[in-house]
Amino acid sequence: MRLNRQMNAGDIAREIAWSRREFLRGAAAVVAGGATTSFARAHTSVARNRQKAVVVTFGGGARDEETFAPDGQENIPNLVQTLFPQSTFYAQVINRGILGHYVATASLATGVYETFNNFAAVSPHNPTVFEYFRKDLRRRATDAWVVAPSNGFNRIGESDHRLYGAGLGAGVILPKHLLAAALPSQGLGNYEHLLRDNYEAPFNTPALAGNEVEMERLHHLLKLSVTDFSAHARSLASPDELSVYIARRLMRELAPSLLWVTLHDIDIAHSGAYSLYIDGIRRSDRLCADIWKTIQSDPEYAGKTTMFILPDFGRDADTDPGGNGFQHHRTGDPLSRTTWMMVMGPGIRQGVVIDRPVESIDLVPTLGSLLGFSARLAHGTPLVEVVS
Amino acid sequence: MLPAQLNAENVKDYPPQGRQLIVSQLDVLRQLPAVLVPILLHEAMVYDWKFPKERKDLDDQFTYLSSLPKVERDQLLAGFSAITLPAETAKLDWVNAPSQFIEHLTASLWSTHQMDDFRAAADEYARSWRAAIPVALPPVSRLAIVMVGSGVSTADYPLFRKLKPHGVHFTQVSPEQGFATLLHAVTTRAAAHPEPFAHWYVDGSENVQQLSTAVTYVSYAGMEPARNELLIRIQRAIQSGSGGPEALRTMLAQMMPQDLGLPSEGAAALLSRFQISLLTEGSGTQIFSTTFAQWAAREVLRRAQPVTLLVRYSPRQRQRPMNELLSGAPRSMELDPAGSLVDADMGAYYTWLNQQRLSGARESAFLVWFEEHNQALAIGPATPRGTSSSSPTDLRQILAWIG
Repeated sequence: MRLNRQMNAGDIAREIAWSRREFLRGAAAVVAGGATTSFARAHTSVARNRQKAVVVTFGGGARDEETFAPDGQENIPNLVQTLFPQSTFYAQVINRGILGHYVATASLATGVYETFNNFAAVSPHNPTVFEYFRKDLRRRATDAWVVAPSNGFNRIGESDHRLYGAGLGAGVILPKHLLAAALPSQGLGNYEHLLRDNYEAPFNTPALAGNEVEMERLHHLLKLSVTDFSAHARSLASPDELSVYIARRLMRELAPSLLWVTLHDIDIAHSGAYSLYIDGIRRSDRLCADIWKTIQSDPEYAGKTTMFILPDFGRDADTDPGGNGFQHHRTGDPLSRTTWMMVMGPGIRQGVVIDRPVESIDLVPTLGSLLGFSARLAHGTPLVEVVS
Repeated sequence: MLPAQLNAENVKDYPPQGRQLIVSQLDVLRQLPAVLVPILLHEAMVYDWKFPKERKDLDDQFTYLSSLPKVERDQLLAGFSAITLPAETAKLDWVNAPSQFIEHLTASLWSTHQMDDFRAAADEYARSWRAAIPVALPPVSRLAIVMVGSGVSTADYPLFRKLKPHGVHFTQVSPEQGFATLLHAVTTRAAAHPEPFAHWYVDGSENVQQLSTAVTYVSYAGMEPARNELLIRIQRAIQSGSGGPEALRTMLAQMMPQDLGLPSEGAAALLSRFQISLLTEGSGTQIFSTTFAQWAAREVLRRAQPVTLLVRYSPRQRQRPMNELLSGAPRSMELDPAGSLVDADMGAYYTWLNQQRLSGARESAFLVWFEEHNQALAIGPATPRGTSSSSPTDLRQILAWIG
């Protein structure tokens, strides 16, 4: 057992990628492809104006040990057995930004490593993917949506950039906020734990402001009464299940072309209970498969939707003395910065593993190339395996 | 203020022993990078409540820094000197509020992408002073024992997966008198090698029997009054709606033993301070007993560097799913023994890892036992790795073998 890191960060990231690749090769019995120059999409028949994209991020990274390593595979049967064979898999996605969930998700959405305080109720400073999408393609407000864990994410849909910003962003739905609004006020005390804003700093709840959708508007847009919403919530086991329920409702009623869902149950790892962290991973695995199934079965989405699945970042390595293993993502070590991404949909090569390092900020330019807008201020690079 | 301007008057409000340390090291402190000095002052501020091994570590750092010729020292610390600080962070009162400075520094390192540089500088510094003044070997080989699975009757969870490659998995261990055997081993070692804070017992539940005074003891149940008081204060701070998370963090950092009903005078104050740190610095330690046990074991190993540690996990409260919470059913405390076993299994692995970070790691012994069951795993200097044994045995035999 090597407790002192002997390799540099790049070596470790490559080793992580190699492990994932080897595991997937064994698990799915596919041929891994490393070359990037000869990539050609299997077919590119979807016209850009009909093309849709669904992005699913895990706010609260999951490590290899609990996912793609041999002992972890039992936790992600859907990702490995069902989704991976249909996807191009990036085995080495590096996040070089701040490892806090809101600021990291904002960075994913802008294609720039944002630098604001993770716990502040602020908008991203760079234009979001939703603004590029809506402005360039002249899309309606109802064509871009974000479903995010709770209050801290309420400004994720729209930046404060002077060339974009106000009125050009995505609608943001915070299911836990809706739940708080739907619950009887005298009973809120019973649900405080459930409505907790985040697991990383459980005592921090930024005041709400921004483009969140009020219950009345939700009722109008999603045809969902408070009674029905509350009743359905009572049948679900976790906030992420509620988020996916809302996402499905959005797809059915509004069929947005750009839908972003951030799952957050995994982040209960901050409580230090390993079994609950594993439960969160298993639930996320199942929910990703559910979303993909919904896409495949909905005529508005089937055959014209590209889905991206990626954790916002990883979590600390067991062997880094500065951390406490899976519990946090504070060290900035290679394991906490290195994660993966799955891409699937029409024209995407299936069962392919890409080893070369890419960055999490490459997502927005890739979406731009795919959907036909220019992410002109993003710092990432379009992923050639997806867009060429 | 710059480090070069630091003088004895600046630290007059520090606790006595911490102040004495700083005053004796003013010459070297004045020559250190602006990023490093507040970090050392932060350690000195709590010097009076540090365990003996922690004090030795800080003393060693100053001894090493003082011993270096200036050119060599500047070269070693060049990574720290290269860190650029925002003007507002540099203006902070880093002498009297070093923790606030460190909080701002951390945020700045992340936002300016200097975190990796800082880590590299810190690694190089730590490597150098540790190479120059190695940690002394313990007077006796270290022993860590972890008990997992209290309250679990049967389990199909594959226990000890991460530990198996490093030791022997026993599958026919007699559970009879198991706990008593382990407690006896701890108290015997404490009697044979008496030293303050060298022998610890961490219990995720309650004090099951009187231990020797030579064994330092902390328990989740024993801290319940302090935990409840802390949660009340946190809730009050949140409901006040003023100050936000920074004010809350400041409040937690300033928590004193007497605030939570813990002893605040004499030798007991040191342990009280440690107990407070478990609750205020450990995420989830206020909620889940398994998290408390894991974090307490980690902090005991990291800070007190004991030669003997016994950790006993107990079932934590069950996490209620959303539909159950929304059902309006009356709240009652239920336990989750099966989930707690999974938590404890990982916690045992972390305890071994943390033990391996201490001096004399090669000679250390480690034992984890599935309480009241037949499974145990042992790691010692002479134990073969990645093996298993189905021969009937008991914990006394295993301890003798690895000890």
